[in-house]
Amino acid sequence: MEFKDYYKVMGVARDATEAQIKQAYRKLARKYHPDVSKEKDAEAHFKDVGEAYEVLKNPEKRAAYDQLGQHRPGEEFRPPPNWDSGFEFSGAGPGNASYSDFFESLFGAQTRRGGGRGAFRPDRGEDHHAKVSLDLEASLNGGSRSFSLSMPEFDAEGRLTARERVLNVQIPKGVLAGQQIRLAGQGARPAPDIPPGDLFIEVEFQPHPLYRVEGRDLTLELPVAPWEAALGATVQTPTPGGTVDLKIPPASHAGSKLRLKGRGIPSKPPGDFYVVLQIALPPALDDAAKAAYAAMATALPFNPRAGLGV
Amino acid sequence: MANSDQYALQGSILDDSVELTLQDLSRMCAVEESLIVEFVEEGVLSAVRVSQQLHFSGGALRRARLAVRLRRDLEINLAGVALALDLMEELEQLRRELRMSRP
Repeated sequence: MEFKDYYKVMGVARDATEAQIKQAYRKLARKYHPDVSKEKDAEAHFKDVGEAYEVLKNPEKRAAYDQLGQHRPGEEFRPPPNWDSGFEFSGAGPGNASYSDFFESLFGAQTRRGGGRGAFRPDRGEDHHAKVSLDLEASLNGGSRSFSLSMPEFDAEGRLTARERVLNVQIPKGVLAGQQIRLAGQGARPAPDIPPGDLFIEVEFQPHPLYRVEGRDLTLELPVAPWEAALGATVQTPTPGGTVDLKIPPASHAGSKLRLKGRGIPSKPPGDFYVVLQIALPPALDDAAKAAYAAMATALPFNPRAGLGV
Repeated sequence: MANSDQYALQGSILDDSVELTLQDLSRMCAVEESLIVEFVEEGVLSAVRVSQQLHFSGGALRRARLAVRLRRDLEINLAGVALALDLMEELEQLRRELRMSRP
């Protein structure tokens, strides 16, 4: 497998003090933590940093790792037999238990030694959590959707692996972004006679071609002609429930907001549907159009820049 | 992506109308009950007291799990976690508004 240079990952010298390593970890963890980071590949970076810290912060693991000597990162590497003789490791890793092959081959067996996984029998399987990206229609109408989820589980050798699972889930109508759908009994099942945990699916919406989602409310930007806004009109408008005839009040302008109560996402309580007007200008391509505009300019004394003092 | 509804798994929405007990929440977060109690004391989570027991709304699960991760991965104390969560919520709200106002 590939050698990992933990000092390089953390950006510290090989003789860095524990305090320096801790400081480096704090800085990098804040930078790459998936919940707060905007960096590309934050999760992968965070995993690397966490693994490096797990080794370098522990004097025994660090000493054993140093014994391996310096190698080029990514270089093919095999630990010599008895490389860790004389070292006592203890303690399990942090919650994020998916380590690289490199780490597992060096420290994996040891970190599980203390735990004695076979001896520990939970009274209930672990809950699993996943995030999925749904089309908005799934929430507006309800309906089933298929997902491919990557679930962590222990294989025959007790190593943590990711298993691909395809689930067909009935999406409850009115579910909101950030909410969890709980699927009872779909979590981990450590043994056939132990009740399984639950699976929680956190919902996120894919961008919708027409509507912007904000909580339980939906917003549509609706283009209208200048006369429709100025004089008022009834126009055909798409809504989640179908096309409706929307009454535009006279003296509307760009940005005027119309509210259709209860026509947003059908949650409890239902959200609202907002229509925000955009004034679309008819193009002045032919002589008739240009004449119409010129007539309007003459008939309507209008300085849109009056407020700017010009 | 839509399929026959017949064999689909039925789920329930963990929204604010669902009430979670202290035991529920700590199990769902895979932490000790004492940590969740600390979360409430430090203002990381809000709870209601129902006949001597702490009860949480369904929406608390997401916030609690986030708090557990921040505390564990960033090694910040609970006062820091509470502040971080509030700021993150405000940031999300501002980003949403920014997206909405873009032409």
